Amino acid sequence: MTRARAAAASQKQRGVSPPKPNPKWGREEETEYFAKKVKLFRQGKISEDDFRRFRLQHGAYGSRLHADYSMVRIKVPSGEITADQIEKIASLSEAFSIGSAHVSTRQNIQLHWVQLEDVSEVMRGLVESGLTTREACGNTVRNVMCSHFAGVCPNEAFDATPYSMAVARFFLRNPMCQNLPRKFKVNFGCCEKHGLVKVADIGLVPAIKEIDGRQVKGFRVYLGGGLGAASFIGHPLEDFTPEDRVLSTCMATVRLFDRHGNRENMARNRMRYLVHETGWEKFQKMVLKERTAVEMTTSLATAASYDVESQVDKRALPKSNGIVKLPMFDKVTKDSPAFERWLHTNTVPQKQQGMFTVFITLGAGDITASQLRVLASAIRELSAEGVARTTPQQNFAVRYVRGSDLKEFFDRLSTAGLANPGALTVASAVGCSGTTSCNLAITNSHRLAKEVQRRFLELGLDTDDSLADATIKISGCPNSCGQHEIATIGFFGGATRIGNTMSPTYTMLFGGSAGEQGELGRAIMRVPAKRVIDTILKIIETYRTERSQGETLHQWVVRIVKGQGAGNVKNLDDMKKVLVPAIQLPPAESDPDAYRDYGSDSKFTAKTARGECAA
Amino acid sequence: MRGLKKAAKAKVKPKIKARAVKVAKKAKGAPGFVRLPIVCDADLLRTLVRKKSVRVVDVRRAEDYKAGHIPTAVSLPLARLLENDSPERVVQILEELGITEKMPVVVYDDTFGALAARVAWTFQYVGHTNTALLEMTFSQWKGLGLEVEAKENTFKRAKHPLSVNKEMYADAPYVEAAQSQQGKLLVDSRERLNFLTEHIPTARNIPYTMLGSNGSILRKADELKRMIENRGIPQDSEIITYCGSVGTLSGLAYYALKLAGYNNVKLYPKSFKEWKSLGKPKDEFKEANYWDLSAE
Ligand code: SF4
Repeated sequence: MTRARAAAASQKQRGVSPPKPNPKWGREEETEYFAKKVKLFRQGKISEDDFRRFRLQHGAYGSRLHADYSMVRIKVPSGEITADQIEKIASLSEAFSIGSAHVSTRQNIQLHWVQLEDVSEVMRGLVESGLTTREACGNTVRNVMCSHFAGVCPNEAFDATPYSMAVARFFLRNPMCQNLPRKFKVNFGCCEKHGLVKVADIGLVPAIKEIDGRQVKGFRVYLGGGLGAASFIGHPLEDFTPEDRVLSTCMATVRLFDRHGNRENMARNRMRYLVHETGWEKFQKMVLKERTAVEMTTSLATAASYDVESQVDKRALPKSNGIVKLPMFDKVTKDSPAFERWLHTNTVPQKQQGMFTVFITLGAGDITASQLRVLASAIRELSAEGVARTTPQQNFAVRYVRGSDLKEFFDRLSTAGLANPGALTVASAVGCSGTTSCNLAITNSHRLAKEVQRRFLELGLDTDDSLADATIKISGCPNSCGQHEIATIGFFGGATRIGNTMSPTYTMLFGGSAGEQGELGRAIMRVPAKRVIDTILKIIETYRTERSQGETLHQWVVRIVKGQGAGNVKNLDDMKKVLVPAIQLPPAESDPDAYRDYGSDSKFTAKTARGECAA
Repeated sequence: MRGLKKAAKAKVKPKIKARAVKVAKKAKGAPGFVRLPIVCDADLLRTLVRKKSVRVVDVRRAEDYKAGHIPTAVSLPLARLLENDSPERVVQILEELGITEKMPVVVYDDTFGALAARVAWTFQYVGHTNTALLEMTFSQWKGLGLEVEAKENTFKRAKHPLSVNKEMYADAPYVEAAQSQQGKLLVDSRERLNFLTEHIPTARNIPYTMLGSNGSILRKADELKRMIENRGIPQDSEIITYCGSVGTLSGLAYYALKLAGYNNVKLYPKSFKEWKSLGKPKDEFKEANYWDLSAE
């Protein structure tokens, strides 16, 4: 029997759905067009500035201090990716990148250090599997995010995925958003808790409202949020936006931004500044007025290109085979069997009885080509929906895995070194690309996040449930791609003179969170790069002695930020005093390494180049 | 390949033969011997094996050969060739393997074609031009269910002339001079991160990883051509390939360039290892921590 047929037979026997059709986000002609433009640029027939715009619109960033290479950002709308697509990315990463791929905090998948001349070849491969890089960068509507729990979350009003997909399709290549003042981000949540809805230009949470005795689907819409050098939390537009007004609301917002956004000052041209400068009340009125104008003037043809119905997954997903008995894993420790520890920290029961969502723990989003292949085959054969979702925590979520298949899933992951525990715990630290590839980076946030994860898993901190709801997120500069402002403990990189030595440091923030109640973290103090891990450990140690009954690390940190601590540490000033010893460095002469960044054996210097904004 | 798989299963052979005849041309002046293309596909090789008019060379380790190989293949582990790859010695090896001047020789390995490429290049360098790479690795051959045998093959010693083709070869002084010569180009075929870390100044990177695809050690000629043309390398350039140590990865790049229609290609077999040991200058890129992106 051929491999394909064997797989199909095994799928049938397990009741796995036939694969989703090719979503066709990409277009073949764009790849040739890109290759042609690269040649013209190399021949000096297109200016550098013009070419940069073109390149960004097609999802290719300049790599750190080396313009011959690009970071290719693959859009993964709603984070949904098929097994075929994962395999294609594996091959492309081997052929043209560095043999690994990288999950970003906005659910994209990035290939680093691709030679500019090969970008068109990467695009060509992606088109075959239905993916695109089009508008993954540049001043346009970026990848539309959707909570990776959408469709399986017990607390959601309904599955937001088809709406997220429809919005993504509507704006992709849409003339109305090809030259916005700045990038534009749309994020869908599933419930109050999951999703980055308050840190996006438009955030939407599904809701159902009774209107005239009818249950109407719709959304709670938030506008003008966003993370960056200056971050803002989104404002609620209105109580309820019925589903038939989602498109006009989005269009109205984009149009206002296009018309009024700041095109002069690169540092203040995201929509959140427009909202801030206009004042929310005024902006809100403008949106509502514009929306009416949109509704009165949009042609049926335009409206028809927003088609939620066509995005609904119509496959009848097989049912689970009932409830299975899983090992008792109410409490695990560092010494629990690896499977139990993993089960405890990497799987979540779905609202579909007997089905689980499985999380794949990656280190700051990195995954090798061979690991991608193992993952793809596990998805194909063990997920009833046959796709995975990328998560903003830079992991993969594979949904619709039957309880009875979890052990096999784990075993398969183990063969590829993919079965680390801790995906849903404090150990799963987020790190942007930092100095591994980003032009704006000051520090190696990427490596630091991986070091945090490694150390935490070593210490078994993933097994402590009181730490599980806390998050650690690290950016290599103030720009927030690592989303440090919505972390329990966040960090962004900088350079500080310590004694006489220029050193990599991080500004530490406390008390940020995502979801509909999301708050931004508060900057506390600077910590030398090489002291970050010990500082976090000191915070955990302090928490363990100070907490009140049943209080989680995240809850405790938030309480300290509010100055409501009950024990010896009452507020941030007390906290800082406790942490001062942890951030001290030995003299530079005795320990020069303490003043260097991770991954570097030479003196630290902060070097950056013109940003194309890697967010 | 997919067609072949089916054919192999259904044991339909006439069609394969017809295709083989189309690809292979009779070598001039040597009746009975075909002139091989750069890459020999499985159909053609099977036809030639059946007709006993090819020498198949297995360059894997001796124990792998013993465990099973393509029918009629002889064993020549790359390491054995590299012990002494002076042209005189290589001709002796050809003679020991019973290879006559015009006899088609097809080389294969299990290392994505890189070891086979180095051996094939060496044969051609000493004058055995009628040498080709098998399109696939031994594992892929086996995976398709094609014929395998375990018996060790030896053939009667042959006579082979020595006729070194200097055009195919570059040494360090040649590479050094080429760096500043118009129309000459250095190609480094190591992986991207190794290249970024250090390389011979002026070299361009064509990693070996981009040369093969889906069960074939080299992509199709037009695909390779497009990829190399994307880099703006004119067809009439003289290209010198090198890699990390002994010219295997760059051997594969050598044949990829040939297949893409670049005729003037040279291999620098001693590669970057020698270049560094000679203390020659290199370009390094230290402005980014790219190694930390690796997930290993
Ligand atoms: S811009 Fe800053 S935050 Fe964004 S990827 Fe680069 S270093 Fe990280």
